[in-house]
Amino acid sequence: MEKSVDGGFRILAIMLASVVAMVLLAILIVVFWGSLDSMGRYGWSFLVTSNWNPVKDEYGAFTAIYGTLLTSLLALLIAVPLGVGTAIFITENIIPLKIRTLIGLMVELLAAIPSVVLGLWAIFVLEPFIRPFLEILHRTLGWLPFFSTDPMGPGIAPAVLILVVMILPIITAIARDSLNQVPMKLRQAAYGIGTTRWGAILNVLLPAAISGIVGGVMLALGRAMGETMAVTMIIGNSNTFSWSVLAPGNTISAMLANQFGEADGSQVSSLMYAAFILMILTLAVNLLARWMVKRLSLKY
Amino acid sequence: MALSPTASLRRDSPDLSYKKGLKRNILNRILTSLVGLFSAIAVLPLVAVLTYVLIKGGRVLNISLFTSPSTGLEGGGIGNAVIGTIIVTFLSALIAIPVGVGGGIFLAEYSGGGIFAQFIRFGTNVMSGVPSIIAGVFVYSVIVKTKIIFGNSYSAIAGGVALSILMLPTVIKTTDEGLKLVPDDLRRAALGVGASKFVTILRITLPSAFTPIATGVVLSIARAAGETAPLIFTALFSPFWPQGFESVFNPIATLSVLIYNFATLPYEAQNELAWAASFVLVLFILLINLFARWLRRFAAN
Repeated sequence: MEKSVDGGFRILAIMLASVVAMVLLAILIVVFWGSLDSMGRYGWSFLVTSNWNPVKDEYGAFTAIYGTLLTSLLALLIAVPLGVGTAIFITENIIPLKIRTLIGLMVELLAAIPSVVLGLWAIFVLEPFIRPFLEILHRTLGWLPFFSTDPMGPGIAPAVLILVVMILPIITAIARDSLNQVPMKLRQAAYGIGTTRWGAILNVLLPAAISGIVGGVMLALGRAMGETMAVTMIIGNSNTFSWSVLAPGNTISAMLANQFGEADGSQVSSLMYAAFILMILTLAVNLLARWMVKRLSLKY
Repeated sequence: MALSPTASLRRDSPDLSYKKGLKRNILNRILTSLVGLFSAIAVLPLVAVLTYVLIKGGRVLNISLFTSPSTGLEGGGIGNAVIGTIIVTFLSALIAIPVGVGGGIFLAEYSGGGIFAQFIRFGTNVMSGVPSIIAGVFVYSVIVKTKIIFGNSYSAIAGGVALSILMLPTVIKTTDEGLKLVPDDLRRAALGVGASKFVTILRITLPSAFTPIATGVVLSIARAAGETAPLIFTALFSPFWPQGFESVFNPIATLSVLIYNFATLPYEAQNELAWAASFVLVLFILLINLFARWLRRFAAN
């Protein structure tokens, strides 16, 4: 009796554990299966053409793919210095521990704010607030293709900023943990041979913590590429391609959120194709993150 | 007249006092103020978002909001969405907690780090990176479009399943890591007095790892309650009150989808409801988060 209960529970645990693998495989298969029709029809040209016309049944996802990559990379460019800088600030003993803990807590709570609430805030507060600055940017640097359009409201630039808000907590938390894990000995040795605080940070602490930080940054990149709600609400959902970051754009996830519910026929298949590309992108970034963490980790 | 030894020492010794004008000291001060500025910028969004949600949401908040459904007309409320969020989140927890805790038990107690366990751990990591909108697309294709649940298309159950896909990796990971923290002595002692492995897990290891697991589960519930992307084409939306038990088979309103729908409408009244819903949602999620933190500290002491 006892033996059979024991064995039964073991089998149950194995079955429950395999649910993850099965769901993951099912997701891949369903998305791939759904996109087969569109893959056969448009092939690789889907990736490089940017006309999205459900009436004429013409689909190309270049605008969305470009938007996904551009917004997440720009967001990373801003969030990495901010996040790593904050992590350094709260792991050094520059200010009292209580204030440092408070800053850490506040950044962590920022991660708990739902993306849809950030989207609401972006529409009604952030975008009107930054529009004058974007207009100045357009007037002074308008000769550059990246600032060539007049900011009209929703667009790529506010979407990037809201993505920065969303990935900042991830980068900060992981960079802080990696810096905290650097052995005290290394820091003491650096100070012992006469370096300054920043000499130690730049030459000893950051190189020792780099694997964790890079892992966190890649994780944030994956999160930024898949992020849906806040971006959907503020990016403007335009499939017309533009070089300008002040113009409305689109991302794969925003396109899915907007169109998937009402789509039918070959539009569903094309959206699935786009979803499949998004999955491959996030999967690749996550795998790359793991590989880099392994590759970069220092032995000390 | 020979000088005293201390005086000679004083004359030859270098000046060890801190020199403000030294290049490396200037650089240090610049960099320190720079990261201080960065931290201030990093804290700013939370303060700004919370202030606006509290002011804009708090201004329109009153009891009647909770007693009327989100018809979208004058006098509409968010009451049905509050109930809907609770129902959908509860359904997702009902699926994700047993499956996730079971999977975590397998990884920590049975697997012994074999190939299969590594594969499951890898899968868990990959799954936590799957964009939430993809979970929505998946559940839409498998449950909503096929009408597999007694011929119902959009339903609270579909929404719950979509959310549970997002919760699952977190629950597995926290269970796995929580159980690994339990000292092996406890397991050996239990087995030594003749308990079976099943009894050991149920009566000894799981209870000792209760706090870390509960903390992780509570945090994942908070996260699921705020998710929108997986719900927009699974649970959809409804302007009516959920009607009894039947409501799990029908489209249901949730706070997050209400915010999304009403924020993008051009009407003032709807926008205000979106702010009120944000107020309730953010308050709920922050309270859960602080509770989980308290739970962790309480257990540590």
